[in-house]
Amino acid sequence: MATYDDLLWSHRLFMKGYPFGYYAVDPVPCTPLGKPLSEARIALVTSAGVHLPEQTGFDHSIKGGDTSFRAIPNIVVTNTLLESHRSSGFDHTGIEADRNLAFPLDRFRELAAQGVIGELNHRHFSFMGSIVMPRKLIDETSVQVAQMLRADNVDAVFLTPA
Amino acid sequence: MCVQTVGLLAAAIERENISTTSISLLREITSVIRPPRALFVPYKMGFPLGEPNNAPLQHQVIAAGLALLERTDVPVLENFVNNERNMNK
Repeated sequence: MATYDDLLWSHRLFMKGYPFGYYAVDPVPCTPLGKPLSEARIALVTSAGVHLPEQTGFDHSIKGGDTSFRAIPNIVVTNTLLESHRSSGFDHTGIEADRNLAFPLDRFRELAAQGVIGELNHRHFSFMGSIVMPRKLIDETSVQVAQMLRADNVDAVFLTPA
Repeated sequence: MCVQTVGLLAAAIERENISTTSISLLREITSVIRPPRALFVPYKMGFPLGEPNNAPLQHQVIAAGLALLERTDVPVLENFVNNERNMNK
């Protein structure tokens, strides 16, 4: 189980002093699904920093973190995705062995084939989660992605960190 | 910081009238950020769905996450219970 105490001492010190409460979601929005999961269109969103080989990788040099995103087409072969997450705060070997660990597209394809979910959206979205200054994420890029998902008539989103 | 990013993204998406459910690897952060629905999993950073190439376990985590979609008592932060492991005890 991951707790602060499992992190590298440098990360732990940073996290203990970081003002997470400043970015607390308030009020908490609530949108009921409103239809059976078996009829719902689902999209995935991850902060694991995965992207297509032909897409530019996430920029590790941006102070405060890269708040940009990459659209991942639903037809991608999952394990051809690259992972360019910069964090030294986690073990990358699992995701390198199986992208589904943080971007479970193959698992959701199986759920669609079984009829557990209605269908997958034609695209999904990936961010790189090492964003210590998230104002641009909150005000701009998260809103852009949310609006694209709305335009796609997505009913529900499954989100995964790394 | 991945966990904070996911929480903020979930809130932005839910504000666009789309239901969200998310995985959390750090309860301390998710409880403060307060995304609408989160499943806290007992795995280390970098392993949000448990283990690589373990499709049954990944499906268990996903099913528990999807089950939260019906909840409207937000913010929801539930613990993932690995039933298979419990049955083997």
